[in-house]
Amino acid sequence: MKLITAIIQPHALQAVTDSLREYGVSGLTITEVAGWGRQGGHTEVYRGAEYTVDLVPKVRVEVLVDDEDATTLTGVVVNAAQTGKIGDGKVWVSSVEQVIRVRTGASGPDAL
Amino acid sequence: MESFTLDTGATAWILVSAALVLLMTPGLSLFYGGMVRARTVLNMMLMSFGAMAVVAIAWVLGGYSIAFGSDIGGLLGNPLEFLGLSGTDEQSILAGSGVPFLVAAGFQMTFAIISTALISGAIADRVKFGTWMVFALVWVLVVYAPLAHMVWGGGLLGADGIFASIAEPVDFAGGTVVHINAGMAGLVLAIVVGARKGFGKEPMKPHILPLVMLGAALLWFGWFGFNAGSAGTADATAGLAWVNTTVATAGAMLGWALIEKIRDRHVTSLGMASGVVAGLVAITPAAAALNPVTSIVLGLVAGIACALAVGLKYRFGIDDSLDVVGVHLVGGLVGTVLIGVLASDGGLIFGGGVSLLLVQILVAASALVFSGVLTLVIALALKYTMGWRISEADEAAGIDITHHAESGYDLGSSLITRRDRIAPAPAAPAAPTPTTPAPANHDDQQPATAGDAR
Repeated sequence: MKLITAIIQPHALQAVTDSLREYGVSGLTITEVAGWGRQGGHTEVYRGAEYTVDLVPKVRVEVLVDDEDATTLTGVVVNAAQTGKIGDGKVWVSSVEQVIRVRTGASGPDAL
Repeated sequence: MESFTLDTGATAWILVSAALVLLMTPGLSLFYGGMVRARTVLNMMLMSFGAMAVVAIAWVLGGYSIAFGSDIGGLLGNPLEFLGLSGTDEQSILAGSGVPFLVAAGFQMTFAIISTALISGAIADRVKFGTWMVFALVWVLVVYAPLAHMVWGGGLLGADGIFASIAEPVDFAGGTVVHINAGMAGLVLAIVVGARKGFGKEPMKPHILPLVMLGAALLWFGWFGFNAGSAGTADATAGLAWVNTTVATAGAMLGWALIEKIRDRHVTSLGMASGVVAGLVAITPAAAALNPVTSIVLGLVAGIACALAVGLKYRFGIDDSLDVVGVHLVGGLVGTVLIGVLASDGGLIFGGGVSLLLVQILVAASALVFSGVLTLVIALALKYTMGWRISEADEAAGIDITHHAESGYDLGSSLITRRDRIAPAPAAPAAPTPTTPAPANHDDQQPATAGDAR
């Protein structure tokens, strides 16, 4: 089983979740995050003082998938989230050792 | 003494004005509260509320008397003369308008309250509440009331004072007594108390700007009582003050917005809200001396001057946290001095020469010195006795939680609402063997009572 983690632009969330739902994932988790990558920060002026804005708000989407779906789903996410501009984000895949469904106690692929 | 004839119209207006001005202080608490960060909002609001509590009582127990009692040396009034606000209507400062003693005294009380509360903006996030309360009590009696006496109560800086031979000084509603006074006191405290940790490095921006704008709106609304109410009766002068107050504020908003657009490339809500206050401050001494057109001019100048002034604190390294100096001291000075230029009767541009201008400068300077010196003495006395600053660790964690055990926002996020829980009831004391202390906040600890619903 794999965990797909995607850091995307907040405005891309709707497109990504719609695409994932269309594909047929059984669930996902979303968190609001902030960070910096190559996008870097910028300087803004407020009340006569200069501020450097380092951290940029993003959204993290996490989806648990079967091994064979991982590559396809990363493609789905990238296509939905891509705008071609700096700050689009990053997607990565990690291995998951165990998944358990809380309601039934089932584990393994049945828990996805 | 002449007999007193009640004027119900005037009295009704002053009663309403007193309520309007009192509303300014909770309005100020919203204005200030929104400007600080979320973890210090309650303390900031409490400093205004605390001022209401302390000053109202101090006013009755001596403050009014010091301000408006029989003159002693031109500096203060007899503190015992009207102790407990005991006075007859013939002795009312608005007796000539047919307004009873207690109504006029109550109206003046609200001025003392807001003047004191204003200072708190300079020392946000970092001072002990107890020290602030003691400061408020001493300041209103030792600085505010005597200055009110000097300007309004027949003292050195008033119509019978030391500059009156040159020209009669003009301070309609408190440019000197309230704004230069509070602004200067704020400057002194900001210096004596010292800057917040991280000032100039960490961003310390408003956390809830809609609240700031609401506060500014309530201040504007209440200010009609402040300025138009200072006419002492319901008449054309009150109307002039009302109109001047509104258009000066409008001018100041635009002046501030102009500076922001040029300097920062964008207009901000904080700037417009601050422009509102700057205009209100500047027109305060001038509300009855100017006409609507010169009031617009005054407002524009004040908005521009204050917008530029608030950037200076970083250059001097003075943490005047919420720009009490940039808005109240600078705005108060602009308003008080420019009366000498713009006043319909005696202003420089209307052929009045420089006498009024000179007197306004002298009165403003006197107020500055008086306020600065005495506030410094009080501030230092408190610094070396009770102490002003909370600990660095407390300041970093947030004064609300460390000094008031409260958080301003408990908005239902599961992380926040489950941060604490009701402590289990202590175990029965019978056992002779020592019990191990219960671990705190462990998720697996069983509640001792069934009442622990979380």
